[in-house]
Amino acid sequence: MNITVCVRRVPDTETRIKIAPDGKGIDPTGVKFVLNPYDEFAVEEALRLKEQAGQGTLTAVTLGGEAAKETLRTVLAMGADQAVLLKGEPSFDGLGTAEILAEYLKDRPLDLVFFGKQAIDDDNMQVPAMVAELLELPCVTVVVELQRKDGVWHAKREVEGGHEIVEFTTPAVIAAQKGLNEPRYPSLKGIMAAKKKPLEEVEVGTAESRVVLERLTPPPERKGPVFIGEGPEAVSELVRRLREEAKVL
Amino acid sequence: MELVSSVDDRYLTDEHRTIRDLVQEFARERVAPVARDLDIRAEFPWENVAEMARMGLFGIPFPEECAGVGLDTLALLVVIEELAKVDASHAIAVGAHTSLCAAPIYLFGTEEQRHTYLTRLAAGKVLGGFGLTEPQAGSDAGASRTRAVEKRDHWVLNGSKIFITHGGVGEIFVITAVTGGTDGNKEISSFILTKETCDLDRARAVGVGHDDALTPIPGFRSGKKEDKLGWRASDTRELILEDAIVPKENLLGKRGEGFKNFLRTLDSGRIGMAALALGIAEGALERTLEYTGLRRQFGQRICDFQAVRFDLADIALGIEVGKHLTYHAATLKDGGKPFTREASMAKLYCSELAMRASIKAVQLHGGYGYTTEYPVERMMRDAKICEIGEGTSEIQRLVIARQILGEPEEIIEGER
Ligand SMILES: Cc1cc2nc3c(=O)[nH]c(=O)nc-3n(C[C@H](O)[C@H](O)[C@H](O)COP(=O)(O)OP(=O)(O)OC[C@H]3O[C@@H](n4cnc5c(N)ncnc54)[C@H](O)[C@@H]3O)c2cc1C
Repeated sequence: MNITVCVRRVPDTETRIKIAPDGKGIDPTGVKFVLNPYDEFAVEEALRLKEQAGQGTLTAVTLGGEAAKETLRTVLAMGADQAVLLKGEPSFDGLGTAEILAEYLKDRPLDLVFFGKQAIDDDNMQVPAMVAELLELPCVTVVVELQRKDGVWHAKREVEGGHEIVEFTTPAVIAAQKGLNEPRYPSLKGIMAAKKKPLEEVEVGTAESRVVLERLTPPPERKGPVFIGEGPEAVSELVRRLREEAKVL
Repeated sequence: MELVSSVDDRYLTDEHRTIRDLVQEFARERVAPVARDLDIRAEFPWENVAEMARMGLFGIPFPEECAGVGLDTLALLVVIEELAKVDASHAIAVGAHTSLCAAPIYLFGTEEQRHTYLTRLAAGKVLGGFGLTEPQAGSDAGASRTRAVEKRDHWVLNGSKIFITHGGVGEIFVITAVTGGTDGNKEISSFILTKETCDLDRARAVGVGHDDALTPIPGFRSGKKEDKLGWRASDTRELILEDAIVPKENLLGKRGEGFKNFLRTLDSGRIGMAALALGIAEGALERTLEYTGLRRQFGQRICDFQAVRFDLADIALGIEVGKHLTYHAATLKDGGKPFTREASMAKLYCSELAMRASIKAVQLHGGYGYTTEYPVERMMRDAKICEIGEGTSEIQRLVIARQILGEPEEIIEGER
């Protein structure tokens, strides 16, 4: 079984983000970068499928700069067999990135291509579906369960208020959602082995952006708590505010 | 808020940093959410221990042929330190197991002993402990009364060991006992003893902590669990030896070298304890930086009062010093150089720092810091044992003095 996992390097969710002076990106100084959390589910699922199959190759692919190698090493440490750095600049909108990924993937043997359902930095949720479209493959997104019965794949996906069960055949593109599995932590041996695993570099240049990021604005400052009053007489005011201002009732 | 120190640049490789990041993530995601509850219920963290075993955290400095990871002392320290930033009980599980049980078996054991015991310990299959302290022999470890009598094809051990980390949950122990000599000049030897974990159901459920292939030593069992001030999620118990029948091949190292060997074991253990204490101090400062940056009184942030800044700066300075001392001692050890003095200095300095830093942390959290809602009161309780275990601060001062006076190890007062 040939599985490819496409991953992305993103700022750690715990990091405090500062907007860069030009307003068009974030200031990377002091920011810790990690493997995109949704990609962790994708990697874990891919590892499990490979382990169950008892054979196959798991390849991690990313489009990014030199620093993205660190992210690939993380995936190798988790258990991927090899990694490919498509050296270049991702586009803000998904299409340019998807074109580069699809171009790379199109001639390779593929059973499954995994993605996280979205990258937690730009939250575009576009690339998996676009890659599938460009490769003319079936695509299942927001997957929380994946099974193979009698040669047919079944995926459970999250939809508003419930779940959908779909069936498909490989090759296919899967975008993982939280809940699909509990991702493993790399082992120390995995970290050491990762240094020796193949990491190929392919120059791809800058992806074309059809959507240009104009400006980033920070969320509004959080307001402090409001003291409404004490005792039973404060209850009606609290209810009023919850209903009219916070709109949670 | 995460502290970043440039001291790391001096001692650590990229690999150490990757390991630090990994353990930091694990501690944040898996340890932090459960630490308070485990502390309150004095419960051993079996689930996390199982995950830590899978990650390889119980076999860091041992070669791969012994089922270890094949890394160095610094890697071990980084792991202990990161765990201790969040919870000292998790950190001592790695520290005691690795430095006090697996390490002496690696250093002094035969091929066969390494194969039977070290491989299981290093893989994290079972937990290990070290039984030196006795009711009448604490700082004065040479006053040991546990006796080992040699029979034709086995030894018979009688006595009791107290305050043994992993006494209940563990299955493999390095135990010291008197094998001859007279008072004032006792011959002490070490043995490897096995028993079944006291948490068989939990161990089976998580898949770590028990191995059917180990034969329990008859007459060897754990006693009551201590109810402690800190390290409450660590299992500290008495070990009881009643006519324990120990096969001849379980003698660890040469007969009569037990004293010398446990001094070496403790030297290494002390660097681990230094890292643990350092982690507590760092955790306490991190939490305090966060809190004092949010809490406002008299119309300003607590951290904007100059008096508070002095405290924060002092703790940060202590951490910087402690890091140098600790990593330096580890570097000496990994370089095969003597490190007794440096290990004692690091342990002494960092454990007193942990105490100071955590008391300050509670103080700067005010009343909130005194409640279990915030982790700093637990850190304060966890810090205290660092000044007692693996040689009290007084004993560390004696060791350092003896070293700088150029005296041999044996003549420390109170230790024979
Ligand atoms: C949580 C916990 C875990 C532990 N884990 C282990 C373990 O895994 N294995 C193990 O073998 N032991 C373990 N211990 C025991 C620990 O190492 C001892 O408690 C410690 O060495 C001190 O011995 P003691 O308690 O008998 O105190 P004592 O030796 O009775 O000391 C009492 C006081 O007298 C002081 N004192 C003693 N001698 C001198 C001297 N010559 N000069 C000046 N002051 C002196 C001490 O510093 C101390 O302040 C553990 C203890 C605890 C609390």
